Amino acid sequence: MSTAARLLLTAASLAGLVLLWQLAALLIASPLLPGPAAVVAAMARAAESGALQTNIAITLARVAASFLIAMAIGSAVGIALGRSVQLNELFGPWVVVLLNLPALVVIILCYVWFGLTEAAAITAVAINKIPNVAVTMREGAAALSRDLDEMARVYRLPRLKALREVTLPQLVPFFAASARSGLALTWKIVLVVELLGRSNGVGFELQTAFQLFDVATILAYALAFTAVVQVIELGLLQPWERRANRWRR
Amino acid sequence: MSAIHIDIAEKRYPAVAGTPAREVFQDFRLEVAANEFLVLLGASGLGKTTLLNIVAGLDTAYSGSVSFGAQAPRIAYAFQSPRLLPWRTVLENVALPLPSGAEASARAMAMLAEVGLADLASAYPERLSLGQQRRVALARAFVIEPDVLLMDEPFVSLDEAGAARLRDLLRRLLATRPATVLFVTHDSREAVELASRIVVLEGEPARIARDAPVGLSREERGEPLRVDALRLALGIGG
Repeated sequence: MSTAARLLLTAASLAGLVLLWQLAALLIASPLLPGPAAVVAAMARAAESGALQTNIAITLARVAASFLIAMAIGSAVGIALGRSVQLNELFGPWVVVLLNLPALVVIILCYVWFGLTEAAAITAVAINKIPNVAVTMREGAAALSRDLDEMARVYRLPRLKALREVTLPQLVPFFAASARSGLALTWKIVLVVELLGRSNGVGFELQTAFQLFDVATILAYALAFTAVVQVIELGLLQPWERRANRWRR
Repeated sequence: MSAIHIDIAEKRYPAVAGTPAREVFQDFRLEVAANEFLVLLGASGLGKTTLLNIVAGLDTAYSGSVSFGAQAPRIAYAFQSPRLLPWRTVLENVALPLPSGAEASARAMAMLAEVGLADLASAYPERLSLGQQRRVALARAFVIEPDVLLMDEPFVSLDEAGAARLRDLLRRLLATRPATVLFVTHDSREAVELASRIVVLEGEPARIARDAPVGLSREERGEPLRVDALRLALGIGG
């Protein structure tokens, strides 16, 4: 299928969804299920005051900060565990415990221990994400090729060069997988963190709208934010992955 | 160029999951003269690759010593599989062992031209045939102008014509860049065609069953009858 045809199909599919939504809204005829037009109007209202843009920007900044911290720490931990059997036996169980700790518990504990601060919010999100990254990167590090490692040793590649040319490229698919699942997880948790302990951001606005039963505003924020995340995925993550994989047959 | 002195008091593989412990070498000594082309011949599983890995410094779990005539010789290793980096182009793979820079690229490019792959410089290895990948691996080995060249069945699983072309290429490369070669194979015809000395390994632990110089001229190596006669004389015709 050509790119144009695929785009057309996607657009038709989404149009079908909007149509279904419109029908349901007409049938139910209640302010608790506003139609597409009402949601667009709410979006325009929020955008006019600048609140929509500001709150999305604030939330995105929190997503970016906690995402970067989680990727850096999670990768380091995962690679260390994957490279050393002893380390993995010692600390592997810790990762499993963290992995199964509910996000809400981590958020509450961070707010209790560090106060209702920005640092506490970002730490909470990062801690939720670190074990996922670590587990994925551990798989990657354990699967590193011994053959290529020996080649690098025979030809006496300097450490940094061996890391850049031999080791890191093998980890790219695992890095991409954890970045992708990581982004989806991070922005969902950021909303919860904002709802519980911040006074701005998309999560905070959603809570305010919830208290007023303002479903149109809730949907307006949700749709706008989802669209932004989609743009990041299509415009940033996928091109990077294609570039990193261009050597594959 | 550099001589190689191999003296392995003991090399054993401990028992793991169902396979019994194996004594690979015991009091094994081998002197390789500088500029010699020594072919190690023997059935698979004897420890030939282990010996190369010990000389390369990849395997240090043995008692004994390996020393070289020169201080810290440059060692190149052509493995049984080409072991190229699939995410780097052919040119980048050849330049890999050189210090990064424009000069490295130029030297790698010249090397690629010499092995006949200049027009594939910007291709990725997985798009190449096995024979071409082995040529790239040869180029990577020779680009550092090695003192010692280790080769572990580097022409295996090619058709006979392709293997013959690569043997020819190897001889040409060695003519301009002399090195001490330790070449492992189980193909006695290949051994006679290339070697200046053949060492046949047998048994467990491996010991030297035969050790014979090969005094054929370049033309004689191209004559199947001469090659077969020498194989018979050395008792490696099988």
